[in-house]
Amino acid sequence: MSTGSALASNKRGIRELGAEEMVGWDEVQQGVVLPSFEGDAAGIVNMHAEERNYADFNSYTATVASWRVIKPVYNRDICIDCQNCWVWCPDTSIISRDKQMLGIDYDHCKGCGVCVEVCPTNPKSLLMFNEAEENDEALAGWPQKEKKAK
Amino acid sequence: MAITSIKNLKEFSTNNDRFEGAHLLCPGCAHSMIVRELMNCTDDNLVIASNTGCLEVSTAVYPYTSWDTSWIHIGFENAATAVTGAEAMYKARKKKGTLKDPDAPVKFVAFGGDGSTYDIGFQWLSGAVERGHDFTYVCLDNENYANTGGQRSSATPIGAHTSTAQAGSASYGKKQKKKDLVAIMAAHGAPYVAQLAPNKWKSMAKGFQKALETEGPCFINTVSACTTEWKFDPKDTIHLTDLATDSLMFPVYEIIDGHELNILYRPKNVIKVEDYLGAQGRYRHLFKPENKHVIERIQKDIDENWAMLQRREEARI
Repeated sequence: MSTGSALASNKRGIRELGAEEMVGWDEVQQGVVLPSFEGDAAGIVNMHAEERNYADFNSYTATVASWRVIKPVYNRDICIDCQNCWVWCPDTSIISRDKQMLGIDYDHCKGCGVCVEVCPTNPKSLLMFNEAEENDEALAGWPQKEKKAK
Repeated sequence: MAITSIKNLKEFSTNNDRFEGAHLLCPGCAHSMIVRELMNCTDDNLVIASNTGCLEVSTAVYPYTSWDTSWIHIGFENAATAVTGAEAMYKARKKKGTLKDPDAPVKFVAFGGDGSTYDIGFQWLSGAVERGHDFTYVCLDNENYANTGGQRSSATPIGAHTSTAQAGSASYGKKQKKKDLVAIMAAHGAPYVAQLAPNKWKSMAKGFQKALETEGPCFINTVSACTTEWKFDPKDTIHLTDLATDSLMFPVYEIIDGHELNILYRPKNVIKVEDYLGAQGRYRHLFKPENKHVIERIQKDIDENWAMLQRREEARI
């Protein structure tokens, strides 16, 4: 599995959440069952997200990217793979594989900034930038290591 | 039971998430941190029910679901009842031999907010624990009815401003003390009862695994900082939870079999409760001179509670 497929899975975030046509209150079926996966769901605990066969009902196929006004940008060069951001991300938006942090899932990230706050490196390997700013520009202007005040 | 390794964060992070993104919880909400962590603690099949609350309405917005496990959407009060019903049926069908895969390990979990746990669903939870079903109940305690606009609940601490216990010239907010639900659940004789916090991820993961492993009803109260109603910046969720556990506003401890109390986190430097209160908008009015006595009262309550917990830990009662 290449790292590219983990970062950009073809089922993730393909629809804007709430973009589908609304049904009236009397048209909603009673006792609805929403299957999370197409076919058998056995063994999904051993599959990475990009290997799973998500059904259209799964919110994995939706995106909330439009909620964001600021976004976290990830700098691989400084990261120590401590996984603090992974454990505390409320939106399952930190992509980690084989104990390595790969990047941010911008389809599900809401830009809360918790990952930046819990990042222990100096300078931080995650920083918040304006949503409109390009990631390359953000990385080019990354701050230098802060020296301890004497 | 297939428990996953929580030796360190790197090993823990090899788990595949079963709680998906693009749910509608607020940015920085601690609910999803807690739920994700519980689901990453085990590889077993999970049957989960949620009481009405932020978690339920935000993770199942028709036609979407954020759950990769069996999950039951149920009324405000009866997640405990629904999940124990599912557990009873599972046991009955296992006995009859009508299960498709009888050897697959299954765990039953109920999630509820503090409104549905401390107030509305309390008798249902009490009944489910008394009947002794094998399930784990996790209360996501954000100290108010955040889903409906921040009304007071019996989990709201004294002095907090809520939309139905407002602070102003005539009042300093809620006037009653928070209910000690952990002690109440321990008094039911539940085999495992704990109060955990998401900033202490390891003690929380250990507690979840212990609760899932333990046969019988287990209750876990978790601190879930609410950026909207506690009024703080979403990025500070973990920082604020740190302040909560370090000021001992939320001591982290477990009670086994109703008497064996273990304190799971002892802060090296106990901070004053002012630091915790001052970081949130809902306590801002307490820093006026006329409300000074409320802060003193809160600090006194915390000190007494901490002394009581330490005595209980020593005496094993």
